[in-house]
Amino acid sequence: MDRSEMRRLHPTRRQVMGTAAAVAILGYTKPGFSTEGNPVAPVPPSTDQAISKVPIRLIVNGTEQNLTLDTRTTLLDMLREHLGLTGSKKGCDHGQCGACTVLVDGRRINACLSLAAMHDGDNVTTIEGLADGDRLHPLQAAFVRRDSYQCGYCTPGQICSAAGMLNEHKAGWPSVVTGELATHAELTEPEIRERMSGNICRCSAYPNIVAAIRDAAGETL
Amino acid sequence: MKAFTYERADSVAAAARAVADKPGAKFIAGGTNLLDLMKLEVETPTHLVDVNRLPLASIEETPDGGLRIGALVRNSDLAADPRVRSNYPLLSRALLAGASGQLRNKATTAGNLLQRTRCYYFYDTSKPCNKRMPGSGCSAIGGFNRIHAVVGASDDCIATHPSDMAVAMQALDAKVETANPDGSAQTIPLAQFYRLPGTTPQIETALTQGQIITAVALPPAPQGTQIYRKVRDRASYAFALVSVAAIVETAGGKIRAARLAFGGLAPRPWRVAEAEHPLEGSTPNATAFAKAGDAVVAGGRGYGHNDFKLPLVKRTLAAVLTAATRAS
Repeated sequence: MDRSEMRRLHPTRRQVMGTAAAVAILGYTKPGFSTEGNPVAPVPPSTDQAISKVPIRLIVNGTEQNLTLDTRTTLLDMLREHLGLTGSKKGCDHGQCGACTVLVDGRRINACLSLAAMHDGDNVTTIEGLADGDRLHPLQAAFVRRDSYQCGYCTPGQICSAAGMLNEHKAGWPSVVTGELATHAELTEPEIRERMSGNICRCSAYPNIVAAIRDAAGETL
Repeated sequence: MKAFTYERADSVAAAARAVADKPGAKFIAGGTNLLDLMKLEVETPTHLVDVNRLPLASIEETPDGGLRIGALVRNSDLAADPRVRSNYPLLSRALLAGASGQLRNKATTAGNLLQRTRCYYFYDTSKPCNKRMPGSGCSAIGGFNRIHAVVGASDDCIATHPSDMAVAMQALDAKVETANPDGSAQTIPLAQFYRLPGTTPQIETALTQGQIITAVALPPAPQGTQIYRKVRDRASYAFALVSVAAIVETAGGKIRAARLAFGGLAPRPWRVAEAEHPLEGSTPNATAFAKAGDAVVAGGRGYGHNDFKLPLVKRTLAAVLTAATRAS
């Protein structure tokens, strides 16, 4: 009897637990999620497999980091589990909610849908790196002033996303609600809402989030 | 997620060879769709070839007056490019109508073309799906199929292609430039790039293992008014139920030329010559628009929950053609 045959006949505890977990998840999963992230389906159990590692060197919030990680490690898991930067949140882990938004070389991305290995040599800024010492980033200050949250779970992603979005607007990027594509759109409320649609707030603090972003952008209400 | 080995490619040729040499290997660029599918073990590559460092991220003007878009140009950069905004507003609008700001910053031109369907059953590994597991059956036929295809589908698969960008590119007569592992180049018109599901829904494009997209070439900007209209369940960050890409030229109160492509209807961006040709030389009115709409869905059928797409696409097309002919 070879090893794989033995494994089939005598399942390990891990395999049994994995199956049980999958069944438990299945019971709570509904089909038909239709946001433009991706549908949510049950996560199948992982089986024993050889782990491959990759060395990664990058800058996070101004500090150089050298890590050797399982190739499967996402940028988000690297930040949270390996660097202890738990400000970036794991909401859906599928690019639907925006809670994991960080800035890579100044551009906002979903840290959950990127491999850490793909960011070798990159410069990453998380919510922990936005403030200048004790001086809050203008967006952080505006979120506090405007009370732009209830539970606060989406807030780091909202703020990092807004920081990236303001850079995009400054560079003259249009959005789908921009009337004339050739013009530099004014950052109106519909423009902010469209440009921030990748960040979901389950408490629905949107009016105050928009207000804070308008404040920080230097717009008057 | 299943374990995989990883390498960074430093040339197009090396990347193509690396994937051609390993049956379980895949390219990874933006990763926004592939990683999502890998987490669910819908995709289980054994080796990833990271192509992000290849020199394919520029947009260049071609000698014939068109535009060559590098495979790694991010969706956000493409949408914001001044040449695209002024000459191909249809493409800008389609890109901006898709996904979110974060995803557009990551998603690439080639990756957008190659993204997989969002059929719920393709994503759910506990359910039969001929695309994910050939021969297992189609759960969408007789299941929840509100987002599914009404034309171009088969008895084995009724999944739709989810891209907005590809719909605009189809109307613009784009060509996909590729490199083969043996070093040869091959250009595939987008109209011939996607395969209909038939009995092999797992085969979606004309690409072979290791063949890598290097660019998408657009011909010179077309004459006429360009419109992209996307109908969806909410105003932002949702896939199209139906989308219409239209390029319409009028002269002397008549339609001179019309190019129409549709999203949300079929397993690939949908374009029907029989809908375009009768419009040419016709007077723009409700009768002509309705005839074009009938031709778009000719031979199609609903599967229950998606029956609404048949009238919806005809009405959306009529609205787009009305706006386009008024504008010009």
